[in-house]
Amino acid sequence: MFVYILRRLPQTILVIFGVTLVTFIALQIGGDPTYLFISDRASPEEIEATRIKLGFDKPLYVQYFNYLIKLIQLDFGNSLYFGQSAMSIILETLPATIELTIFAMLIAIFGSIPFGIFAAVYRGTWIDGTLMAIAMLGQSVPSFWLGIMCILYISLNVGWLPISGHVPFLMPLIQGEFVKAFKNLPITFTYLILPGFAVAFYSVSRNARLIRSSMLEVLSQDYVRTAKSKGLTNYVVIMRHAMRNAWLPVVTIIGLEFGFMISGVVVVEVIFAWPGLGRTVFDAIANRDIPLVQAAVVVISVFVIIINLITDLVYAKLDPRIKL
Amino acid sequence: MSKTEINQENTISNENRSSSSSSFLKLIIALIKNKWALVSVFWLFFIILVAIFATEITPLDPNKNHIMERVSPPLTLDKNGNMKYIIGSDALGRDCLSRLIYGAQVSLMVGFAAVFLGGLIGTLLGIFAGYYGRLIDDIIMRLADIQLAFPFILLAILFLVVLGEGLINLILVLGVGQWVTYARIARAQTISQKEKEYVEAAKALGVSNFNIMFGSILPNIVAPLIIIASFNVASVILAEAALSFLGLGVPPQIPTWGAMLAESRDHIFAKRWWLPFFPGMAILITVLAFNIVGDWLRDYLDPRLKEVE
Repeated sequence: MFVYILRRLPQTILVIFGVTLVTFIALQIGGDPTYLFISDRASPEEIEATRIKLGFDKPLYVQYFNYLIKLIQLDFGNSLYFGQSAMSIILETLPATIELTIFAMLIAIFGSIPFGIFAAVYRGTWIDGTLMAIAMLGQSVPSFWLGIMCILYISLNVGWLPISGHVPFLMPLIQGEFVKAFKNLPITFTYLILPGFAVAFYSVSRNARLIRSSMLEVLSQDYVRTAKSKGLTNYVVIMRHAMRNAWLPVVTIIGLEFGFMISGVVVVEVIFAWPGLGRTVFDAIANRDIPLVQAAVVVISVFVIIINLITDLVYAKLDPRIKL
Repeated sequence: MSKTEINQENTISNENRSSSSSSFLKLIIALIKNKWALVSVFWLFFIILVAIFATEITPLDPNKNHIMERVSPPLTLDKNGNMKYIIGSDALGRDCLSRLIYGAQVSLMVGFAAVFLGGLIGTLLGIFAGYYGRLIDDIIMRLADIQLAFPFILLAILFLVVLGEGLINLILVLGVGQWVTYARIARAQTISQKEKEYVEAAKALGVSNFNIMFGSILPNIVAPLIIIASFNVASVILAEAALSFLGLGVPPQIPTWGAMLAESRDHIFAKRWWLPFFPGMAILITVLAFNIVGDWLRDYLDPRLKEVE
């Protein structure tokens, strides 16, 4: 395992390096980046002063070097709109986003497994047909529209679940207020359901199709037939024997899925007034708050890369055929 | 590879060359047999025609405000009892149907243009990587890894905030975002084609590398790329809608489906359901149609790809 991590680590570092390079280039691509940090009415002297203050007068490689140094110190500069450090704003809003993402992730994993298995076991019947039609729909529906429709029909018309908002669980947990956190948990949950579903529906559909096809493949193999002819029940054959191998392709895409899910979260948060990174990015876009957008992109990307690394390791652990 | 396989391949490629009209006929017959794919193709033709002839068929000017008739519900009649707002009007009293029709233009144009751009870049780089291998392959594929590690929407957000809104910027950013898929498939296919006899023969005849890559290999690897493109248009349309929703799409006076959804956000609590419902349905049905056509094309052109996706 240790050797595998050692082999995998340089790759991860290279990719993180790429992220810093791309986010650096992004600011330069529109011409002199000074104008992104200053109002339209600034005088030439002010522009010059800002340029020197932010270091945009220096050659590019020096600028990039300084950018890297600041990144290592987690310093993205101050938010143009709020005036405080961009990183502190990100850290304040990150827990809410993590809550939503993890919840959506859980729905995506545990929703898609029975979904895919049922479709595979009842292959060719109306059950399979209906489930696959739903999966097809799920891969075509914009998550934010699904969110709007959920609010309209489930929260407003029927009134089963709260319309929007957020009750924190992770934040008090981090701050050490355990009693408050667990007291909040049931309410947190009711607020999580709709946005979590809106974000996860795409992934549930996608994973269900994947599980179905990998399950079908596994079910046709000899060892499954052997298990069946031993007289084991269908349930045992599927859950114990077949599932173990049908899992593997799903684990790999869960890592990739995470990145995709974060993108969904960004948009869905806006609809449900979720006080997370997505809303922050949305407001930062409206305010043209470049340091904040940049900070959010770097933080989320690095986060996703680390999750990818972890899923790769889990995959290696699950599949003994991969030599560690 | 066994001899029979080679023979089979030869006959297939001969068939393709000698009678492209009969293979087109086969395609049509296969399409008619699959009713969902047929419906989807009809819908796509319909929506493309609607987008092209938007100016002729819109009942009202999509940007004309009728302040007195704000947020009229669907099936609102005018004074003479004729249908005026068949699917309602928005917060400024603009006709939703007309805006929906114009919205098709942006969605489809961005979808096709970005996929074309991404497909072009990706296929070129993929063929280069697969054909030359070694250092070129390493560089291109590492770039692909880096891009895959990014959550794409965030990258698009960062670039669009810096570049500013606009159709061209949107197409560029979404297009560049798509190249990796094509590059990976083009590379894998090129590597397997490179070993075949026809490439060796071409090399022995002294055909230039450029001609081998784009004259001989490209036509043989185009099928899987077309399949991917069909799915890709669907995901680009979804991404465009999300970006428009975040206010990073085209300038606000141009109606788009995503922007219509964004505007509808303020009306959820007033239960003006038609404002989000219709643009969302337009996105859903169009994306669904591209996905169904993609599925069908995959089964028709290359059933082996089912595993890849």
